[in-house]
Amino acid sequence: MSVLIVTEQRGGQWHKMSWEAVAAGQQIAKLLEIEAFAAVVGSGVESLGGEVAKYKLTEVILCNHELLADYTPDGFSLALRQAIEHLKPEIVIFPHTYQVRDFAPKLAASFGKPFLSDVVGVTREDAALIFVRQLFQGKLNADVSVEGEAPFFVSVQSGAFRGDSAESASAPAAVRGIDVTLEASQIRTRPQKPFRESKGEVDLSSAPIIVSVGRGIKEAENIAMAEELARLLGGEIAASRPICDNGWLPLERQIGSSGQTVSPKLYLALGISGAIQHVVGMKGSRTVVAVNKDESAPIFEIADYGIVGDLFDVVPALVEALKESSGD
Amino acid sequence: MNIFVCLKQVPARDSLIRVNTAGDWIDDGDLSFEMNEPDAFALEEGLRLKEKHGGEVVAVTAGPARSASTIREALAKGADRGILIEDDRFAQSDALATAGALAAALSKEKHDLVLTGLQSDDAGFGQVGVILAELLGLPHGTIIMEVVAEGIMEVSAEGSSIRVKRELEAGWFQHVEMPLPALLTIQSGINKVRYATLIGIKKAKSKPLQRYTPQDLGVELASRQSIRRLYAPKSAKQTQFLEGSPKEAAAKLLEKLRFEARVL
Ligand SMILES: Cc1cc2nc3c(=O)[nH]c(=O)nc-3n(C[C@H](O)[C@H](O)[C@H](O)COP(=O)(O)OP(=O)(O)OC[C@H]3O[C@@H](n4cnc5c(N)ncnc54)[C@H](O)[C@@H]3O)c2cc1C
Ligand SMILES: Nc1ncnc2c1ncn2[C@@H]1O[C@H](COP(=O)(O)O)[C@@H](O)[C@H]1O
Repeated sequence: MSVLIVTEQRGGQWHKMSWEAVAAGQQIAKLLEIEAFAAVVGSGVESLGGEVAKYKLTEVILCNHELLADYTPDGFSLALRQAIEHLKPEIVIFPHTYQVRDFAPKLAASFGKPFLSDVVGVTREDAALIFVRQLFQGKLNADVSVEGEAPFFVSVQSGAFRGDSAESASAPAAVRGIDVTLEASQIRTRPQKPFRESKGEVDLSSAPIIVSVGRGIKEAENIAMAEELARLLGGEIAASRPICDNGWLPLERQIGSSGQTVSPKLYLALGISGAIQHVVGMKGSRTVVAVNKDESAPIFEIADYGIVGDLFDVVPALVEALKESSGD
Repeated sequence: MNIFVCLKQVPARDSLIRVNTAGDWIDDGDLSFEMNEPDAFALEEGLRLKEKHGGEVVAVTAGPARSASTIREALAKGADRGILIEDDRFAQSDALATAGALAAALSKEKHDLVLTGLQSDDAGFGQVGVILAELLGLPHGTIIMEVVAEGIMEVSAEGSSIRVKRELEAGWFQHVEMPLPALLTIQSGINKVRYATLIGIKKAKSKPLQRYTPQDLGVELASRQSIRRLYAPKSAKQTQFLEGSPKEAAAKLLEKLRFEARVL
């Protein structure tokens, strides 16, 4: 019995959530008192396997094939299927990345198994594992159990487990390639080179103060009010996804998993609910302030200071107070 | 082109969501419901593709009886017909069970393109579309931000194919080509969704709505993931709430930011 941890890399660059998955997998292996293995999928990944071997694992399995050089859902599912059939793990753990979202449900379904996605915690109750998932956009947490037979497929949310808590090995784990059989005709999609669209004109990553607006701002015209606040604080304006989707602010100012990751000394979230895809982009901020009319908005879970109220009252009050104190 | 769009009805955004007395699901008696946000974008994309390339748009949902209103909304916006797989248990079923029921309904139909949203706002699995593709044997693409308009439907000797733009993480994108039939999971913001017109709402009344139960489709709705407890999450930080009038709260906040957090 074992846990199989699936790591992620692109062109030899590690996705850092790989180590969070390693930490989660090690933790689950401990809870169940079973061994932990890791898998590396790609083409020419021998040396990458060595980098994973520094963690405390029974073995690192390489799924190496030239048809795995570029990620495709067909290629990666077929390759991992073979690794799973070979190793017969009890549980397969993934980091909940966009790539995993793209193929893990398919892989699990090909075994006729459900996939427990975006898990934020795990405990053991008697013989069974209980996983914690967020529901209703993070407003509630659920303890979820899974029935049926192994293998179980689980992905862990960004930041739910700390990558730096993954245990290192005293001696490197063995690295072993398995035979992957794959035909070009089995891969139905043709991926092109990834590209960026942003013009790179704004660099929010170095802004010391960020005032960020969400759907609570209601209208494009109202952003001016937040911009004035940002100016008075000497900060930059940013936003959650719906604001950029509407074209009210450029994509470059979108904070979150699809946008920018920032860690200013002060992040002011105005009318932002605090969905995980937003939070991953700003939770490294030193001080977080949230203004939201809903006291149960998830953004307050990570806020140092909170004002429960209407931003259309609070923001003008902040602007006025700042003007008074600067005498402008 | 025959386009099927999967729509889920979810609690309206900004609803006050309360846990039931048993502590294992929500009190949904007094909630209002709406079309899941990305699904509205998927529907819009389907309607636009139909306007360009002809064919029909079929709106499909699996849910309690109330979900019929989401199908009616889709019909009012221009979908040609609807399919409702009705069962109360869909509100809590796992993604594999839901996708299984949708696959059973769709496999009775000729489909060139199946569209779903990328994620539901209530369950948040981010899976039903991808599983559905696997069950129907279709290639797929997720987090789609563009179905490249011109030249996508180019018909070659091998059949037609489609070109899409996927969102990757941290501001990266990627184009992907795949043969039709295919399944795409649509990201919010891909387009500007239309409103239903009065004429549309009127016309919707006479559009066909096919109703099934899971039994009609020969599927057993057996979820293997079950919720044991539902509860408010614990705060990761000790939040200091600043109270009083907006003016007082603003003054207290600035004071805290200057002298306690020392960030101003
Ligand atoms: C794959 C994927 C990637 C994503 N990437 C990103 C990303 O990069 N960045 C991102 O931000 N999101 C992203 N999202 C979307 C994310 O899940 C949320 O939907 C989004 O962050 C919600 O934005 P919001 O908080 O502005 O809006 P909402 O969730 O609608 O919240 C609005 C908030 O404003 C409050 N409010 C309303 N009126 C007022 C008022 N007058 N005064 C005070 N408060 C008020 C409400 O109480 C509510 O909490 C992604 C989603 C997926 C599935
Ligand atoms: N019960 C359902 N009926 C119809 N479509 C659904 C249902 N559940 C999920 N979907 C579709 O699958 C997408 C992803 O949902 P989920 O896997 O729950 O995050 C949604 O955006 C819908 O398009």
